[in-house]
Amino acid sequence: MSTISREEVAHLARLARLEVTDEELDAFAGQLDAVLESMKALGEVDTEGVQPSSHAVPLVNVFREDRPQPSLPREAVLDGGPDTAEGRFRVPRILDEEV
Amino acid sequence: MTRLNTYDAAMAAYEPVLGIETHIELDTNTKMFCGCSTVFGAEPNTQVCPVCLALPGALPVANKAAVEATIKIGLALNCSIAEWTRFARKNYFYPDMPKNFQTSQHEEPLCEDGFVDVVVDGESHRIEIERVHLEEDTGKTLHVGGAAGRIHGATESLVDYNRAGIPLVEIVTRPVPGTGALAPEVARAYAAELRDIVRSLGVSDVRMEQGSMRCDVNVSLNRPGEEWGTRTETKNVNSLRSVERSVRYEIRRQSALLDAGDKILQETRHFHEATGETSPGRSKEEATDYRYFPEPDLAVMEPSRAWVEELRATLPEPPRKRRERLQAAWALGDKEMQSVVNADAVELIEATIAAGSSASGAVKWWLGELSRRANESGVELDALDIAPSQVAELQGMVDDGRLNDKLARQVIDGVLSGEGGPAEVAAARGLEVVSDTGALEAAVDEAIAANPDAADKIRGGKHAAAGALIGAVMKSTKGQADAGTVRRIILDKLS
Repeated sequence: MSTISREEVAHLARLARLEVTDEELDAFAGQLDAVLESMKALGEVDTEGVQPSSHAVPLVNVFREDRPQPSLPREAVLDGGPDTAEGRFRVPRILDEEV
Repeated sequence: MTRLNTYDAAMAAYEPVLGIETHIELDTNTKMFCGCSTVFGAEPNTQVCPVCLALPGALPVANKAAVEATIKIGLALNCSIAEWTRFARKNYFYPDMPKNFQTSQHEEPLCEDGFVDVVVDGESHRIEIERVHLEEDTGKTLHVGGAAGRIHGATESLVDYNRAGIPLVEIVTRPVPGTGALAPEVARAYAAELRDIVRSLGVSDVRMEQGSMRCDVNVSLNRPGEEWGTRTETKNVNSLRSVERSVRYEIRRQSALLDAGDKILQETRHFHEATGETSPGRSKEEATDYRYFPEPDLAVMEPSRAWVEELRATLPEPPRKRRERLQAAWALGDKEMQSVVNADAVELIEATIAAGSSASGAVKWWLGELSRRANESGVELDALDIAPSQVAELQGMVDDGRLNDKLARQVIDGVLSGEGGPAEVAAARGLEVVSDTGALEAAVDEAIAANPDAADKIRGGKHAAAGALIGAVMKSTKGQADAGTVRRIILDKLS
């Protein structure tokens, strides 16, 4: 029995804005299934009473003082975008649906 | 056409349940996770850095002042402060965030389980707070090509990331049942109380009209005894009045749908200030699938109890307690105090009294003449071009008998048009009560000569007839006489 369905892979691809062909869907579903299957081995470890970790480094309370630092020059900021206008990033129409 | 029930018909058949999410921009000097300035009004994309843009290798670090401000808000809302808390990534694709995620908090908010009590019509309502968490604001999007800058019909959009990354606190209530027909007023009272509490902490200017405080208002209806209904969420409501109106509108709209046997769609809606209506918002496709995960680039926070207590010790007197204390000190009735609060005049009156005015004088000017001027100009009271110290000075001149109320209003004209302080305006415009008795006696003699009938009546004992002569004297002195003094002189001369 597979851990992840073809539909779930299609859903994830859509969320990640990835264009995936039918053939790729089949291939990725199979590959991801194998990955998840091997990850299941971790599920067998007894983690009773162990705090779930999200960080590789055991640091807590790392804060910054509220003092302004220079920002980037605007040209450098806008250079990273494919299209700009009036000092702003220009993006295509956001809504697909008709009014 | 949207069908609407009357509010009374809706309330006869249904019970509302409220829920309010409020976003408050903190007024820190720098952004949440980087040192970019937060000063408002800078040229687009000039307060942006690799962290704001999530460029490869950029490393965010949390702003301590923002964390402290959030803990203070939590404490002021009677929340418990987490001993272990972390940030999370909320993943979505939308041009308002260059990172394709918003750094927020998910399962472990900084503050939880609080409450706010509000009084409406003399009845106290407890609004339970589910959580207070810290996140970052998004960029500003300018929609081009559609009508009036709306996203609908736009052909493209222009994005400014100066606001992206400014610390944002989200305060979420638990569902609020049991308010009945008072739901709109309770929603408004909650938003007002929250605003006052946060303002008293000095961590945000909480100006709804400028967007530094914005409410998302959830409303559902159910028939008495039945389960809660499907809710709608009206987004970004940006005035106290609009909070109240949006709840009222949704109750009228939803009840008409339910009466017709239709279902309420769970959706986000927009509120329109001009019409007082709500309309369906954009449907964020797959929006609920944010695939939150713990933010790996930011360290876990473990606020020590000592730190929390240190912050608790800095909390000011709660606004509600403060209002009760001031109401007693100023000897105001409940209704009058409510007017002061509604006019946002508490601080102004307090400052006026501190500058030497009597309480009654301060209340009179701010609630009366100055409120009227603010309404006429369509500005908030504190935006008027007159300082509390100037109002105190004005009242002092009235107390000394140098101005009467009519002259004082003309002095206000001068102060508001930038002619200087009250004494300066009075001197420059020649506004001063005539206290020269000789001049007044001459004016009275003239008035008697010009109104022999009235004079005869007074000689005959009809003191009420003095009104006509007083009027004549006031006219000839251009309102600069004290009416009481004039009356005394008239009666002395004619009886």
